Amino acid sequence: MGFLDDGLEGLQHNVFTAPIEELVKWARRRSLMPATFGLACCAIEMMATGAAHYDMARYGMETFRASPRQADLMIVAGRVSQKMAPVLRTVYDQMMEPKWVISMGVCASSGGMFNNYAIVQGVDQVVPVDVYAPGCPPGPETLLHAILTLHEKIRTGELTQRREENGGGAAIHIEEQPTPVIITSGSSK
Amino acid sequence: MGMLDYVRGFKVTFERLFDERVTTEYPKEKRPKPERFHGRHVLNRHEDGMEKCIGCELCAGVCPAKCIYVRGSDNPVEDPVSPGERFGFVYEINYLRCIHCDMCVEACPTQAITESKLFEFSFTNRSDAIYTKSELVVDDEGKPRKQPWELWHEGDDLNTSGWMRATSSAGRVEYEGVVGWSGELGHGVRSPEVGQSATASSEEGA
Repeated sequence: MGFLDDGLEGLQHNVFTAPIEELVKWARRRSLMPATFGLACCAIEMMATGAAHYDMARYGMETFRASPRQADLMIVAGRVSQKMAPVLRTVYDQMMEPKWVISMGVCASSGGMFNNYAIVQGVDQVVPVDVYAPGCPPGPETLLHAILTLHEKIRTGELTQRREENGGGAAIHIEEQPTPVIITSGSSK
Repeated sequence: MGMLDYVRGFKVTFERLFDERVTTEYPKEKRPKPERFHGRHVLNRHEDGMEKCIGCELCAGVCPAKCIYVRGSDNPVEDPVSPGERFGFVYEINYLRCIHCDMCVEACPTQAITESKLFEFSFTNRSDAIYTKSELVVDDEGKPRKQPWELWHEGDDLNTSGWMRATSSAGRVEYEGVVGWSGELGHGVRSPEVGQSATASSEEGA
């Protein structure tokens, strides 16, 4: 296992790679490119965060990329309907690694007050979420706080792989349900 | 159309270059928020240190997002937690469901649950988002317990019951200055919110 065999995956931590790792992490967190993925009212607050009063450009993320190929942060802003969930997953899959997801607002995080058949109860069932921003909708300052939390996560995270301990997201493990055994009458003999 | 029009387009940009900047340097400073801002909840305590929550579950019943889970229990005779017959044995709020509508605050008969002005918290883990009594109940000085992932600014912890201290929820002028709420641990009986009489009297006349 080494750099020559495995590429970046085989890179070992040592005194030479440490400054480079710091540099790469700094570059990553100072130039996050969010994908344009507004779904509901949270998107209005997301626009307000990008506008002059709160100005996401201070963190190098003023451009909401229209193409997921150019984005590395997906801010899921709003409620995700069952019909939108495959689209969301497609957009996430099209994004380049490394990529992060902020679940903005309670609707994206858990379905919020829309506990019904049409809304996905938590976007982490579809994509691995890194940071959850609570609120309905979260104000620009809450979203900025979530972004700063994500910055901290990038700063302390691994360079070439997603976090192992939580499966790349925020500690969500969907356990596989055992297949129900159908007992028909008469088979008990 | 010529080269000059291209330059003229930048005229607006250059004019704004020396204007006053509107951007708030967010993590350092914060825009002023209203008195009755709906933030994260606190569970208040009486001035003698007893909890105000009596475990009636009205907040859980009125919550449109079903984010509150309460279980009441009979007060222990030797060491009662609340002055009532029962107390909130389990109190959990899921902040990944709470929409901060303040209906729990309106429903609460003992003013046990109020909302603070804090709204800057984000979670990297779903289990952090479920606040239990150990996070919600105010500490021995009547201040909210600050969690490590929350960002409190100066003075945010003073306004934990802004809605309660409004003149009245209907804005009626005859309730101006009338205290209709009980004291809180660390704060005593707080004074009413001021500066509402002008709006209230104009609404009354209309």
